[in-house]
Amino acid sequence: MQRHFDRDIEELKHLLLRMGAMVEDAMARSIRALLERDTALANEVIASDDEIDRMEIIIDQKTIELIAIMQPTASDLRFVATIMKITPELERIADLAQDVCERTIELNREPMLKPVSDLPRLAHDAQAMVRDALDAFVRADAVLARRVIAQDDNVDALTESSFRNLLTYMLEDARNISSAIRLTFIGKYFERMADGATNICEMVVYLVEGKNIKHTALAAADE
Amino acid sequence: MTSALMTSSLTTDVTRESPSPPRFLAGEKVAKPDEGAALAQSEIKISVRDFDFFYGTAKVLHGISLEIPARKVTALIGPSGCGKSTFIRSINRMNDIITDARGKGTILIDGQDVYGSNTDVVELRRRVGMVFQKSNPFPKSIYDNVAYGLRIGGMRNKRQLDDIIERSLTRAALWHEVKDRLHASALALSGGQQQRLCIARALAVDPEILLMDEPASALDPIATSKIEELIYELKDNYTIVIVTHNMQQAARVSDRTAFFMLGRVVEYAETNTIFMNPKEKMTEDYVTGRFG
Repeated sequence: MQRHFDRDIEELKHLLLRMGAMVEDAMARSIRALLERDTALANEVIASDDEIDRMEIIIDQKTIELIAIMQPTASDLRFVATIMKITPELERIADLAQDVCERTIELNREPMLKPVSDLPRLAHDAQAMVRDALDAFVRADAVLARRVIAQDDNVDALTESSFRNLLTYMLEDARNISSAIRLTFIGKYFERMADGATNICEMVVYLVEGKNIKHTALAAADE
Repeated sequence: MTSALMTSSLTTDVTRESPSPPRFLAGEKVAKPDEGAALAQSEIKISVRDFDFFYGTAKVLHGISLEIPARKVTALIGPSGCGKSTFIRSINRMNDIITDARGKGTILIDGQDVYGSNTDVVELRRRVGMVFQKSNPFPKSIYDNVAYGLRIGGMRNKRQLDDIIERSLTRAALWHEVKDRLHASALALSGGQQQRLCIARALAVDPEILLMDEPASALDPIATSKIEELIYELKDNYTIVIVTHNMQQAARVSDRTAFFMLGRVVEYAETNTIFMNPKEKMTEDYVTGRFG
């Protein structure tokens, strides 16, 4: 039986995917602005963040309405709960893309530093994780979600190696410190975007399997 | 109000169960058959094993097996005609009065067979009280309604009767509304009050189990919420089995839920599991309103 509720769910899913596309776009453009030292593009990304924030508010409102009116249960309930948890993750990822752009603008006012070999890889890996996390949600694919979660360690390692690289530059020449610190921040921003992707994937596993796989160390300790 | 009614075993349930997948996926069914968390033997009040029920030649219940815990609320849900009312009426042998109706299998209350040859049906119905969909007070005073079962049981002592009547009406959350007019006609009460009076009448004879067959379906939302609050209060002392068509009500008041379909129990588990991660596709479809 096709329910009125199914249309609401489709609409909500559609809104979230639109927001996801906007966030992916912001992330991609922030990486380009960083790598190409493009201040104008960085400014564009910063300006587009309001639109993403607006989407978050619309989705929040729609979700609360659905709960109040339809009182979802079972997979419907898990779907609505997943949307509620994914939306702020996406919004945070967009904020981090904005932060990358702010640091980029500051960097562009300073002399260019030597390349940090792992930083572009870190950015692209984090980007791939966010993209795959959204794909996992769309396809309700718990296998893909788990694969994305497994990649988080790799991103953490890249963040660490970028930091060591930047530390060497700082030790070599104190004039590098200002730029190197900004780039360290940027590395951290990408790492946190990947964390956001991980959180989204944990919700996808909950959506599909009804299992809460967050904080597994904690659950193991409880047993 | 409702938050207090929700039970709290969420974490264990969500990590343990494998529910059916969301419908918008084309995914495969992940559900595995499971009777839900097993109950410790000491917690079981009513134990039903391979119970069949027939109206004439028509078999309406097929091999029902359920363990109903003591001092908990167990909800029976399912579409009309699925056998839940027949089942609840089998517990205190209310079906005996229907000609041509017969049950097969065992229903044990505290280990004693309800359908055993030495079962005293009157005593059984004292132990197992029942509240129906339509409130059915006798055309007598409020006091006489509650005193009815006690007097049949031979109680004549006025002081004792007064005590039990006050206690029963208090437990049924009606005392403060009627204490000044105990000798007024019960029929002058509102629908919700009449239903609580029937609950008080059932409680007066000191039952162990309360069967409720859609006790709030004829009531407005405020009267309904009073009955639900009452059910929540009563479960400290009574084992309650409730049939309800209102799924949100089952979700709010019960600890465990059994989903009936075509005379069979499709799934029986903690209420949280049924409403958050049901394992059977059929349960999923029913609780999300895809059929029924």
